[in-house]
Parts: sequence; C-alpha cells; structure tokens
Amino acid sequence: MDINDLRGLSTAFLMATFFGLCVWAYSSKRKKAFDEAANLPFADETLNQETLQEEVRNG
Amino acid sequence: MSELNSALEHPIYNYKVVRQFTVMTVVWGIVGMLVGVLIAAQLAWPALNFDLPWLSFGRLRPLHTNAVIFAFGGSALFASSYYVVQRTCQTRLISDKLAAVTFWGWQLVILSAAITLPLGLTSGKEYAELEWPIDILITVVWVLYAIVFFGTIAKRKAQHIYVANWFFGAFIIAVAVLHIINSLVIPVTASKSYSVYAGTVDAMVQWWYGHNAVGFFLTAGFLGMMYYFVPKQAERPVYSYRLSIVHFWALVAVYIWAGPHHLHYTALPDWAQSLGMVMSLILLAPSWGGMINGMMTLSGAWHKLRTDPILRFLVVSLSFYGMSTFEGPMMSIKTVNSLSHYTDWTIGHVHSGALGWVAMISIGAMYHLIPILFGRERMYSTSLINAHFWMSTIGTVLYITSMWVNGILQGLMWRAYNQDGTLTYSFVESVAASYPGYVVRVFGGAIFFSGMLLMAYNLYMTSRKDIEPQAAPAVASAA
Repeated sequence: MDINDLRGLSTAFLMATFFGLCVWAYSSKRKKAFDEAANLPFADETLNQETLQEEVRNG
Repeated sequence: MSELNSALEHPIYNYKVVRQFTVMTVVWGIVGMLVGVLIAAQLAWPALNFDLPWLSFGRLRPLHTNAVIFAFGGSALFASSYYVVQRTCQTRLISDKLAAVTFWGWQLVILSAAITLPLGLTSGKEYAELEWPIDILITVVWVLYAIVFFGTIAKRKAQHIYVANWFFGAFIIAVAVLHIINSLVIPVTASKSYSVYAGTVDAMVQWWYGHNAVGFFLTAGFLGMMYYFVPKQAERPVYSYRLSIVHFWALVAVYIWAGPHHLHYTALPDWAQSLGMVMSLILLAPSWGGMINGMMTLSGAWHKLRTDPILRFLVVSLSFYGMSTFEGPMMSIKTVNSLSHYTDWTIGHVHSGALGWVAMISIGAMYHLIPILFGRERMYSTSLINAHFWMSTIGTVLYITSMWVNGILQGLMWRAYNQDGTLTYSFVESVAASYPGYVVRVFGGAIFFSGMLLMAYNLYMTSRKDIEPQAAPAVASAA
C-alpha cells in the first residue's frame, strides 16, 4: 500500500459522499421538511408588518 | 425597560443597519464605478492621469477593484445577509450594537483604502492590496460580522436554516480563512510589510485567495442573495430546494481547488496547474445547477418579466452568471489560456461576472429592499428602474464584447511569428490596435455608471416622506 492507494481511496470516498448527499437530498422522507424550508421567505409577513409599524411609531 | 420587553415579545427586525448598508451600497457603487470609468478612459487617453502620481493607473486600479468589490459588493452583502437572516430565522439580529459596529467598522476600512491606495501604500497582492493595520481592522470587523450572523441563526424561531443562509454562512467563514492566511505578513513599518510566503508558494497562496474571493465573496454570497430575492420577487418558492442543497455542497467543495488556473505556464508545478484546470471544468456543473435553479423559479411566472424591471435585473443577472461560469472553465483550459491569459479577455470575463452578475443581482435586490426599508409601497419610479435595467444591460454587453475583441486580438498578435522565428508584432503595436476597444469600453462603463445615478435619484425620492411614488405605468414593457 503506497500513497497512491490513499489518493484513490480519497477520490472514492468523496464520490460516495456526493452520491450519498444526492440520495439524502432527493429521498422522499425529506420532502416535507424541504417544502417547509422552501416556504420560509413567505412565512414571516406579519413580523415584517409589525417592524414597519414600529418604525413608523418611532419616527 | 418597557422597550426591551416589547422587543422580546415581538421579535421585530433591525432594519436600521440594513438601511444604512443599502444606502452605502448605492453610494460606493457610484464612487467605485466612477473610478472604473476614469481608469478605463486613462487606457484610451493616457493624458487623463494629469501626471499626478495619485491619479496614475497603477494606484487607481486597486482603488477601483477594492471599491466595487468590498465597498459596493460588500455593503450589498452586509445589507442582504442581515435582512435575509432576520426574515428567514424570524428573529431580530442578536445584537444591534455589534451590527452597528460592523457598519461603522466596514466604512472605516473603505475610507482607509480610499486614502492609502492613491498614496501608493500597497502590499502588492491583487484584491488584497491593503496594508497590515487595515487587514487587522478587516479581521476584527469580519469576526464581529460572523458573531452577529451566526448568533442570529442560533436563536432562530424557524426550525430550518433557509438555504440562502447556508450560502451567506459559507461566504463569511471562507472569506475569514482566505483573508487571514493570505494576509500573513512581517510588518516593517506601519505602512510596509512583507508576505511570510516566498516565490511560487506566495503566488499559489495569493491565487488560492484570489480565486476564492471570486468563489465565496463574489459568488456564494450573491447566490445567498439570489436564493432569497428571486423567489420573493417572483412570489413563488425556489424551483427545487433539493437541488439547492446539492448545489451548495458541490459548489463549496469544488471552488476551493480552482485557484491554480491563474498560474498556467508559470513556475507552479505542472500537476497543480492541471488540477486547477480540471477542478475549474468540474465547477461548471454546480454553477449551472444554481443558475438553472434560479431561472426555473420563474416557471409559470415568466409573464412577470414583462411588467417587473426588478425581476428582470435578477433574471438577467443569472443569465450573465451562466455565461461567465461557462466562459471561466473554458478559459481555464490550458490551451485556451495560452491565448487568453494576460490579455483584455480576462478583464472582459471578470466584468461579465462583476457587472452582469454581481452588480445586477445586487441592484435588483436593492430595488426590492429600498421601498420596504423606507416604508413605501414601491420605488418612486418604476420607469427609472426600467431605464436603469437597459443601461446596465447595454453597458455590460458593450464592455464585454469590446474586451473579447481586444483580448483575442492581443493574444493572436503576441503569438504571431515570422518564418525566421522573430515576433511579427512589437508589444506597442498590440496596444495601438486595442485603442478602439478601449474607447468602446469607456462608453459601456459610462452607460453602466450613469444607470447608478438614476438609482441614487430614485433612492432619494423614495426615501422622502413628503413625496408619493409615481403611478406604476400600466405596461412597463418598454421593450
């Protein structure tokens, strides 16, 4: 076993990590959580409105 | 005390610091681009340096790059990251005081740059020219920035950490690491220092820094902006949240290796050059994955482009992003690089990213933010935004096409040999041949710059409480 085996293994490890990431990201179990996360930009309109009203109050 | 209690019960947002950075984005955009137009004009008409040392190209060029990247782009990133992290975490910034310190600290950094660079005080590293006392100030401000940003994420009310925050977070961490490692120096006096690295190692550290300044400052941060403002302006969630996760990890894992393509055919070992080239080619995949994700967010909402010039800014910026992230890997191929390197093609490539992608997505995001931050329904004038959009697009296209022509022309002239092995052209002949392209570039840059003046006027009119926004034009589809 020399340094080149280590290099080969590290490439295989990175590839496996990448494919693992893809499987994880696209698994149907994660769908609900990701849909929730994707809607976060639209979930806080009331807080934005309260901030704007507060700013008007404080001039 | 009652104020504190109400703040605890209702986590209203800190818009003050966002507003400050937003205004300074426009101000520094104007300053930085004006310097850019001046030095572009100096290349066409050299007498414009007026024989004054502090107006010479060599001193103003780093002032231009620092002003547009760190002052304009940096302020846009501070503004949008502080805004997005609050809104998607549904909580106020962890500390108003620290946030204010980052604002004033960052302005102090910019001011120091604006004074020292024209005086000729420089460490000579591209995009890292500032001398060591300013580097230390940057480090302090940046660490405080990280505390405010990650502290806010830590106390979030929302369960998930929205993908935009991942990109902002990667940008903050990577820039800290890059800045500290590349800026390691041995100070000699208060204004002079020498790098701790020597020779080829110094070059490699510099371009590891340089390319990741592109990858993390000018890409990851602005992708964070994209992942919030494109869905928000299009009023629909991002096309694929799953793709955004693969996009994030692939991008941050690959970008860090691409630096050696800046050192093709130098003393850098050949294997390192090839590694940089291959990693740059792989980078096309995550880059286009992100671009497609942003673009496809508009599926079913393409008609909005007809009436919404802000959305147009955001979407066209993604087109330029796609274009320059195709051009970049292509230019990193050694044989292509042997033609393009050291020519104006590189400058054109940078500006396709800097004007087309970074500036246009920032401008779009700022137009989205300004009315909210000043408590208005919309910007004072939509038709001025539309005019600004066309000026930006035309200015960018003129800039990059003139530099393509110049770059290929220079590359071909420099490598032309006579039959007896002598060079066909002297260097100055290639300079003379570049003159028309330089003039076109001045015009392109001036048009882009003038658009920023419209933005400043529109910002001022939107901020005035006594003036109502103009009625939105029924059809703003002037084109």
